[in-house]
Amino acid sequence: MEIFILRSETQSYNAYTIENKETTLLNALTQIKSKQDNSLTFSAGCRSSVCGTCAMRINGREVLACAYKVQNNDKIEPLNYHPILRDLKVDKTKSLSTISKTNAWLHQFQEASHTHQDEKLTEKQSDCILCSACYSACPVYAVNPDFLGPFSLTKAYRYSVDKRERETKKVIDAIQVNGVWDCTLCGECTSVCPKGIDSKMDITLLRGTSVQLGYDDPSFATQNFGTPDFGFDPNAGF
Amino acid sequence: MIDVLVIGSGGAGLTSALSAKSSGASVLVIGKTYPTNAQTSMAQGGINASLGNMEEDHISLHIQDTIKSAKGLCDEDMVRQMCGDAPDTIEWLESLGVPFSRLDNNQKGVHTIAQRQMGGASTKRACYAQDYTGLKILHTLYETCLKNEIKFLNETYLLNLITQDGTVKGAIFLDILSGEIKQINAKSVIMATGGYGSIYHNYTTNSYGSCGDGIASVLRAGGAVSDMEFIQFHPTALKHSNILISESARGEGGYLINGKNERFIDELKPRDEVARAIFEQLHHHNQEVFLDVRHLGEEALMELLPQEVELCKLHEHVDPIKELIPVKPVAHYTMGGIDVDYALEVEGIKGCFAVGECSNAKVHGANRLGGNSLLEITAFGKLAGENAYKHAVYASNKEADETQLLKDKAFIKNIFEQQATIDFYEKREILGKLFYKKVGILRDNPSLHQALDEVIALSVNLKEMGITDKHPTNNTNLIEFLEFSNALLLAPTIISSAIARDESRGAHYKIEFPEQNDNAFKKHIVIQWKD
Repeated sequence: MEIFILRSETQSYNAYTIENKETTLLNALTQIKSKQDNSLTFSAGCRSSVCGTCAMRINGREVLACAYKVQNNDKIEPLNYHPILRDLKVDKTKSLSTISKTNAWLHQFQEASHTHQDEKLTEKQSDCILCSACYSACPVYAVNPDFLGPFSLTKAYRYSVDKRERETKKVIDAIQVNGVWDCTLCGECTSVCPKGIDSKMDITLLRGTSVQLGYDDPSFATQNFGTPDFGFDPNAGF
Repeated sequence: MIDVLVIGSGGAGLTSALSAKSSGASVLVIGKTYPTNAQTSMAQGGINASLGNMEEDHISLHIQDTIKSAKGLCDEDMVRQMCGDAPDTIEWLESLGVPFSRLDNNQKGVHTIAQRQMGGASTKRACYAQDYTGLKILHTLYETCLKNEIKFLNETYLLNLITQDGTVKGAIFLDILSGEIKQINAKSVIMATGGYGSIYHNYTTNSYGSCGDGIASVLRAGGAVSDMEFIQFHPTALKHSNILISESARGEGGYLINGKNERFIDELKPRDEVARAIFEQLHHHNQEVFLDVRHLGEEALMELLPQEVELCKLHEHVDPIKELIPVKPVAHYTMGGIDVDYALEVEGIKGCFAVGECSNAKVHGANRLGGNSLLEITAFGKLAGENAYKHAVYASNKEADETQLLKDKAFIKNIFEQQATIDFYEKREILGKLFYKKVGILRDNPSLHQALDEVIALSVNLKEMGITDKHPTNNTNLIEFLEFSNALLLAPTIISSAIARDESRGAHYKIEFPEQNDNAFKKHIVIQWKD
């Protein structure tokens, strides 16, 4: 079968012929690099969907190369919204910097009494492997490059519901600007996540917590701008 | 000048960075990939600590199990320290926010953490987070590093350590992005560079990058390595893809059966014994071997081993809920490595410390227990960070000159100019197969000698290998060649240690000498290069 890989040097798709049998895309790329073209450049690690290194786009969809079975005529491209270093290898510095901007960590520990149910609250979210597939799929980056993005907001959610977090408000404070309200809730992040994480849902839940803590949707506020003041704030708490 | 330079950004590197920083050191972490890409993410089953959340347990039992599995080759004081520090280590991970699996027991804090059975353990001792324990610890450590504003240099490949009069002064790196060769000066260095399992290319659960870069650089800098012949084979990797199926699958009650539907080994024995039993079924009895977890039921499998279910479906077309999982043993963990003392300081290089799989702190001996590697990287990571800081306090401020930098620049320049007439990718596959067949689970002296001859021939031919991609930046052909060169440099140390050890002990099994011989061999084989 034949696959087409976008090469950065020529800005064009190179065709490669590979053996006609079921194999992962990562195996195919490794074979091409070692046997056909030593200059083909990509990143890979564990081969088992857990190190997050080999995310790329196949026919426009984000996948992990190690978890995708290659098909005839597949078009292979690097992730979106990441500077391309060479071929399929991208620079993740900026996407990873969203973790720091989100302050996605445990702010102040307190001992808690956990149950099995509490484990379930963050089990899926903490399966994140930082592959950046969601970041690449997120259309918000086309208009706002400073968006905190799906994986960092999911991490914020994970800490916001952790009983060990004494300062939940700090988690919520950090995600108001370029954060939960900038998301369009299109669900692209959720549909491409190789670990089945639902960032769209996490962002929706974070919006709810934000409102409970006194924040409101800035776009909603803008819509109401200029309307007469009835002395009643619909977003205010009671 | 940086106080503590941490090389490697997996669990051991991140823990030692946090520890050095909280001691008061200025810290820089350098890794060849991004931090969360590390091998630590692949640790599935758990992290041992005698919390006794499930049934009665005590530190002394953890020590006893570890010593028993090490088959006389561990340092009992180091084992005592690691097992003794385990409960505090879990407390620390709990305080960072690691999302452990939990029990409904009306307790608080670490006493709510679920613990599971692993092979060779006398009780349920491994704390876990489903079958993503390493992943979840690693990511929590990374987030904590970012919180503590620890500086990272990613995609930066270690070339050599800089030493002066037997003391480390920093290291030379290749910036993978720019192709530039850089000198980083430091008062102390912590090696946290991982093991050398990927020398068994195509016959290992390990990531491509586990090729012993750091261990090779320590050898070149005059440091010692030890116990290199002790390589753990994991009993259950998927037959066709070598992907790891966690020991917890057996810990939770999974069986091993052969093609005649017979069980042939107690599944909860330590890994060396189980791996040998499977190997014998495969190669001596001509039987296929399967892991059977069907009787555990869908609900328990999805609860306890969700990752395994996915991996089996994807890579083996097998649904473990309904079908048998075909398995084989492959290289998984390297017990040997950089020889360190009680302070984790490298033998032969002052101010240089080593921790995690790259080091041989003599806690695993001839056979590592499941759940003790995540413990080692976190418990000893803390120790390495503290000790590296202590060394930095009194270390000289004088920076090394550029001798090593110029050498390494010339070395890389030479690789670019070298004509590649022999394909190293092909040799990498040959080396992997050679090691699996002749330096594998069952060894014998004639095969080991043949392997040594072949490895020497490969090393001689290295001059004719090289890169065909001459691109100056982001050159992964170059990185893979350097990785292969490092693996090849370690290959003879592994084989010659295996030849010297005429006995069977833990993971090292020699057919001609099936017994353990304490009189002659209850000792470590240490290798160091002398001028």
